[in-house]
Parts: sequence; structure tokens; C-alpha cells
Amino acid sequence: MIVDIGIIALKAFLVVFMVLNLAGILGWVERKGSALIQDRIGANRASIFGFAGMGLVNTLVADPLKFLTKEDFIPAAGDKFLHTLAPCMAFFPALVTFAVIPFGDVLVMGDRVINLQVANINVGILYIFAMASLGVYGTVIGAWASNNKFSLLGGVRGSAQMISYEVAMGLSVIGILMVYGTLELQEIARTQGELLWGWLPRWGIFLQPLAFLLFFVAAVAETKRIPFDLPEGESELVAGYHVEYSGGKFLMFFAGEFAEIVTAAGLVTTLFFGGWQVPYLMRDGFHFPWGGVWLMQQWAVALLQVVAFTVKVVFFCWLQISLRWTVPRFRYDQVMRLGWKMMLPLALLNVAITGIVIIALQ
Amino acid sequence: MAPALILFFVLAALLVITSLMVVFQRNVVHSALSLVAALFLIAMFFIMLHAPMVGVLQILIYAGAIMVLFLFVIMLLNPVALERRRGVWWGFGTVAALILGGLLIAVMTGTEPPPDPMAATELFGSPEMLAKSLFSDFVLPFEIASILLLVAIVGAVVLAKREH
Amino acid sequence: MVPLNYYLILSAVVFAIGVIGVLIRRNFIVILMSIELMLNAVNLTFIAFSRFLGSMEGQVIVFFVMAVAAAEAVVGLGIIIAVFRHRQTLDPSEMQLLKW
Repeated sequence: MIVDIGIIALKAFLVVFMVLNLAGILGWVERKGSALIQDRIGANRASIFGFAGMGLVNTLVADPLKFLTKEDFIPAAGDKFLHTLAPCMAFFPALVTFAVIPFGDVLVMGDRVINLQVANINVGILYIFAMASLGVYGTVIGAWASNNKFSLLGGVRGSAQMISYEVAMGLSVIGILMVYGTLELQEIARTQGELLWGWLPRWGIFLQPLAFLLFFVAAVAETKRIPFDLPEGESELVAGYHVEYSGGKFLMFFAGEFAEIVTAAGLVTTLFFGGWQVPYLMRDGFHFPWGGVWLMQQWAVALLQVVAFTVKVVFFCWLQISLRWTVPRFRYDQVMRLGWKMMLPLALLNVAITGIVIIALQ
Repeated sequence: MAPALILFFVLAALLVITSLMVVFQRNVVHSALSLVAALFLIAMFFIMLHAPMVGVLQILIYAGAIMVLFLFVIMLLNPVALERRRGVWWGFGTVAALILGGLLIAVMTGTEPPPDPMAATELFGSPEMLAKSLFSDFVLPFEIASILLLVAIVGAVVLAKREH
Repeated sequence: MVPLNYYLILSAVVFAIGVIGVLIRRNFIVILMSIELMLNAVNLTFIAFSRFLGSMEGQVIVFFVMAVAAAEAVVGLGIIIAVFRHRQTLDPSEMQLLKW
């Protein structure tokens, strides 16, 4: 009993540790990567004893110190309690969603089979949408508590954008549900190991390409990254709904945004790219379709799966970051039109086509 | 005491406190946020009662969509005027509601309790069981509910439109 | 195993608190929120009974109650917005008389 709780606590700690570290590293990737894309050097001045580490010291040491030691002021006419609560509400869904994302198959230690997922609940995908829908509150409350018209405008636009794209996100996943027949993410990841026509793994991207595009775009819109960044990048004028935040609270909004990038990448990986699946890797080793078999120890298999998951997640994080520095941002009416008039009908069309194909193949 | 009982009492105390905050807070935004917390706690109760699907749907629909709508409307209308206290009505209302509560408790606990529940099967409350009931016994209310939602959407758009 | 009566008492208490909210408050939005609180108390009763009687029907009913509550909240808020545009107030006691 105690050992069970200890194992779950360890898994939860590992997941939170990985998400937060990845969020920090993504901050560095953003600054240096954007510098590379824009043909400049980027941040390289902060150094410890002359070691500047390509901007790592700057982003991972100097920036957090700067944020945490800044004065933390609350607008005089704003709501003090809500002003402090909003960044927490923005940060919470990004971490909590990772509880159901599986980062490996199983780890067999002696006679104990440990499922490499923090919580295996039978409504996995719905839980993710429930937590994502709680992410709206950070924006709404942050905007309201600042008692600032620009902030309110940015917050209202941001939350309207988020709820519109939640609809598209949910509908695009229905195709995945129909194909894999289950809501549990570990089951979906496992089913993606089966082979179609003997050689092609049943990854979501091959079975539901349109759903992948819709889900990816909707996930980027949910995290309010460019190209959907108008709520917070109203830096045409001011910084939208987090204009009145400074210091540690702004760091929480910022870190929450990067954690959401990691979460979106984790979701895309699990639903569409096989999660922790390495093609042709079963629980006891490789089984190639041409008949070759390479047996491996169970812990080596588990390690390989975790590494594969991490590589895929990092790839999608990098993709979202380079997307930010490549495309311009949408205007607000374009965002709304895209969400309601293009992505929603396309998602419904995807569901209809999936249904027809499933019936036709039976 | 069994851990389930301790958990129940903690959550129940929190639920009563947050519902009192919903009713008695001066600031409407604080009321709305207390209601979000109360809905979250009720979802936890649902999950404790082996209804995970309905519990997660409660968070998704109620706390995630309906309350956001409430907050939108509150922010849009920006009600700053506080209501004057009407002493007499507060007293009567509270007494009436307490009598109602007492009556409900008396009725509900006065009858024979059902026999001890059997251990819930693995599938109880899961999406499969809910879907099986929904699409076989309750398919007519399901279709009517979808039409109802469509009517609500159209009605809300018409009501809130600005007249040009 | 928590006895059924505990759940019933809890939901009766929350229901009574919701009724207090509807009777006392002079703000339309808070009245609507108290109605939502009452609906949720009833949902809790349904789910508790569903568990203790071993039948899924309680959960299906709660599903429908949630859908209807969503529709009702939406239309109620639409009405509030429309009334607010004309009367500039959210106090129900200001809206007792029909327009003459």
C-alpha cells in the first residue's frame, strides 16, 4: 500500500519535473532559436565567471532571478485576491493535464507491473478537455482583476478565442475516438502499436491526417501562441491581459504558457504519433515485419520507449516555437472566422467521413 | 475513521463553505468563482460515487463553459452598484430556506435506507455503460436535448443581439 | 463506505443554501447562480442514489439535467443582457412592473 502510493508519487514528481524543466529549456530555445531564425545573436551577455553558455545562463539563471526579485505591485483599484489568483489558475491546467499522458508502456520490476502513466482513468481524453477548459479562467480573471480597459479587452478576446477553439479541438478528437474505440490514453497508445497491412504502425497520423491538422492548429490557438496571439500580443499597443503583471506573477503566466506548449506537444504525440511507441518494438524486443527478431531486456524496452516519447515531445515543442517566429499573427476576426466557419465544419466532415469509412470496412 | 469518511467530511465542509460564499458575498465575481469551486467539489463527489464520466463532464460543461459564460456576462455588464440590505426579507428568506432544508432532511432520512450496495463493477459509471443507456433506453430524450440546445443557442443569439 | 444518508443530508443543505440565495439576493446574476447551485444539489442526490441502487439511470438523468441547465443558463443570461440594456440595473425589484 505504502509502496503503491510511493510509486505514484514518484511518477507524479518525475512528470512535473520533466514538464517544468522542459518549459525552462523551451524559454532558452525560444530566445536563441528566434535569434538564429532572425539572423541575430540573441541574449548572450549574462555570464557566470565568463561562462555564458550560448545564452543558457541568461535565460535559465538571470531571467528567473530578475523576475523573482522585481517589485510585485497590484493595481490600486484592482481586486487584490483575484490578481494573485489569476496566474495560479493559468498555470494549473498545464501541469495537471500531464497526469494522464502515458510516457511509457510498462516497467516490470520483479512481480510488480508499473504502468508508466501517473493516473490511468477511464475517461482520459475527456479529463484533458476538462482541464483545458479550466485554462480560460486564468485569462478571464487576470483581465478582470487588473481594472484596466486594455487588459479587459485582451482578456475577453483571449477567452472567446480559447472557448471557440476548444470546440474544434474536441470535435477533431472524436475521429480518433471512433478509430481506436476507447477514451483511455494508454489504450490508445498501445493500440497504435498494431500494424496495418503488416508493416505500417497504426499511428493516428496515418488514420486521421485531417484530424491531426485540426487538432494541432486548435492546440496552438488554445495556448494563445502566434499565430493566434492577439489577446496577449496586442503589443501593437499594450501586452493584453497581462499588462498589469510584473515579477513572479508574470513569470507564472509565462511559464504556464511554455508548460502548455509541452502539454500540447504531449497530446499530439500520444494521439497521433504513437505516444511512446517505437515502430515494431513490442514488450520483449523488436519484431520486424520481415521476420527479424531482436530480443531486449524489459527495462531496456521501457527506457527506449520513454526516450522515444521525449524525442517526439521535444520535436513538437520545437515545431511550435519555430512556428511562432515564422508566420505573422491573425487579426481577431480572422481568428474567429477560422475557428467557427472553417475548422468546425471540417471537424464535423472528418467525423462523418470516419464513420462512413469504418462502416464500409466492416 | 475510514479514509473515505474523512475525505467525505472534508469535501462536504468545503462544499458548504463555498456555497455560503456564493450566496453571501458582496462582490459578484467572487460569488462566481466560489460557484466554480463548489462545482469542482461536486465533481469530486461524483468521482467518489463511481461516476467518473459524469464527474468529468461536470467539470467540462459546468465549471468550464457555463461559469465562463457567467463571468463573461458579469464582466460585460460590470455591475458596480451594491444592493441595499433589506433586513426583513433576509430574515424571512433564511428562515424559510432553513425550514425547507429541515423538511428535506427529515423526509430523506426518515425512510428505510436501501440495502448495502454491492461492490461496483469495473464498468459502472464508465463511458461504455453511460453510452449504452443513453443510446438505447434514453435515445428520445437525447435527441430532444440536442434540439433543446439548438433552440437555446438561437434564442441566446437573438436575445443578446444589438438592435440596429 | 459512506452511508447514503450523509450524501442526502449534504445535498439537502446545499439545496437550502441555494434557496436562501434565490430568496434573499437582489442581483439577477447571483439568483441565477443560486439556481445552478440547487440543480447541482439535486444532481448529487441522483448520483448518490444511482450508486446505492446500482443502476445507471441516475447518471443518465444527471447528464440530461446538465444539458438542460446549460441551455437554461444561456437563455437566462441572454434575457439578463437584454433587460440590462433597457433598465441599466440588475435589481429584480426594479423590474416588477410591466411597461405601460
